[in-house]
Amino acid sequence: MTRPHDMGGRFGDGPVLQDPNEQVFSQEWHARALAVTLAAGSLGQWNIDVSRHARELLSPKDYARFSYYEKWVSALADLLVEKGIVTRDELAGAEPTPSPLADRALQADRVATVLAAGGPADRPSDVAAVFRNGDAVKTRRMPSNRLIDGGHTRLPKYAAGARGRVVRCHGAHVLPDSSAHGFGEAPEPLYAVAFPASALWAHPEHPRDEVVLDLWQSYLEPVE
Amino acid sequence: MPHDHHDHPHSLLPSDPALRVKALETLLTRKGLVHPEALDAIIDTYENKIGPRNGAHVVVKAWTDPEFKAALLADATAVVSELGYYGRQGEHMVAVENTDTQHNMVVCTLCSCYPWPLLGVPPAWYKSDAYRARAVREPRKVLSDFGVSLPDDVAVRVWDSTAEVRYLVIPQRPAGTEGWNEDALMALVTRNSMIGTGLALLPEQVSE
Repeated sequence: MTRPHDMGGRFGDGPVLQDPNEQVFSQEWHARALAVTLAAGSLGQWNIDVSRHARELLSPKDYARFSYYEKWVSALADLLVEKGIVTRDELAGAEPTPSPLADRALQADRVATVLAAGGPADRPSDVAAVFRNGDAVKTRRMPSNRLIDGGHTRLPKYAAGARGRVVRCHGAHVLPDSSAHGFGEAPEPLYAVAFPASALWAHPEHPRDEVVLDLWQSYLEPVE
Repeated sequence: MPHDHHDHPHSLLPSDPALRVKALETLLTRKGLVHPEALDAIIDTYENKIGPRNGAHVVVKAWTDPEFKAALLADATAVVSELGYYGRQGEHMVAVENTDTQHNMVVCTLCSCYPWPLLGVPPAWYKSDAYRARAVREPRKVLSDFGVSLPDDVAVRVWDSTAEVRYLVIPQRPAGTEGWNEDALMALVTRNSMIGTGLALLPEQVSE
């Protein structure tokens, strides 16, 4: 029911290995991949939810074997074709034609401004908040997009159908499940919800440990 | 729409990742969609201008100024914005404080969300399958991979960054640092201590 990116709780990945001498970009192409992805994003032809979903649409086989920036650049290529910005022939090496979007291309002298501006996700919303700090809630049982089969969602499967309590109210934020598919931003209240480790795992490490997730109101139902 | 292509367009590009990036950059440049100098400016930003010193600055101010700390815990976005640390992937900040009874640790199981304006781009381990998979289920075993062992009376709270809210851990200030100036204190605040996979360094760890 979910895609290969939804790996929270999975067994078998081995130790977390860190390189104490790691550079910001360990390969030059990592830096270029990050930069070209950000520059292409600034053309304004998609939002962050669309670009995340494009990475999630990589096949499980590619998702597992690609490194982080390979996922970025491969998903970018897929998105550019899906949006009609480049053609498959151009990707395959055909002579490129100039793009009508060229006047939107990010200029070097605008980079600092664009990165500093960011892209806030909070919005005014008509959806009233129904939960408050301390309220007991339960996540919906299926970690699936309710608008479109196989669509984007930010409810991980490890936290589906679990009981927790609201610990923070973030205000209304863009709903990724809608925004990733061109159905509009559909902002609704977003909460930080704390779950006891024992509500998520068969063998929690410690009786007082918790996991907190940011969850949209439509992911939650009240608990009596 | 979710299109489950069986022939993803990316497979038309060279399979070697360095060549794949080069081919895409060249194509987009020739189409007028990307300016190589803009790419250089983006890379320079994250290589040289934005990194974990920003976060360390915030932590040290929280250690040394109780009013700043109270404001930070109440509305981190406003407070870090005033210091000039607002931007892409840090639009909605929350600071969480480690105490004698609670340790905080941050992960993004679904992708690799990370507070860029405060910590820069994430290290490879943060983006690894092992960290994303294990941090929520067995944070204490993950901490032991980092050489960190917590007493039994400290509870762990793992924050899975599933929305556009980004979390900064405020590590505990080490004992024996009373009266230290800002620069000396900043040297104790490691990147990992602000993700929660490390603790702030002890005075004896930086005196050499």
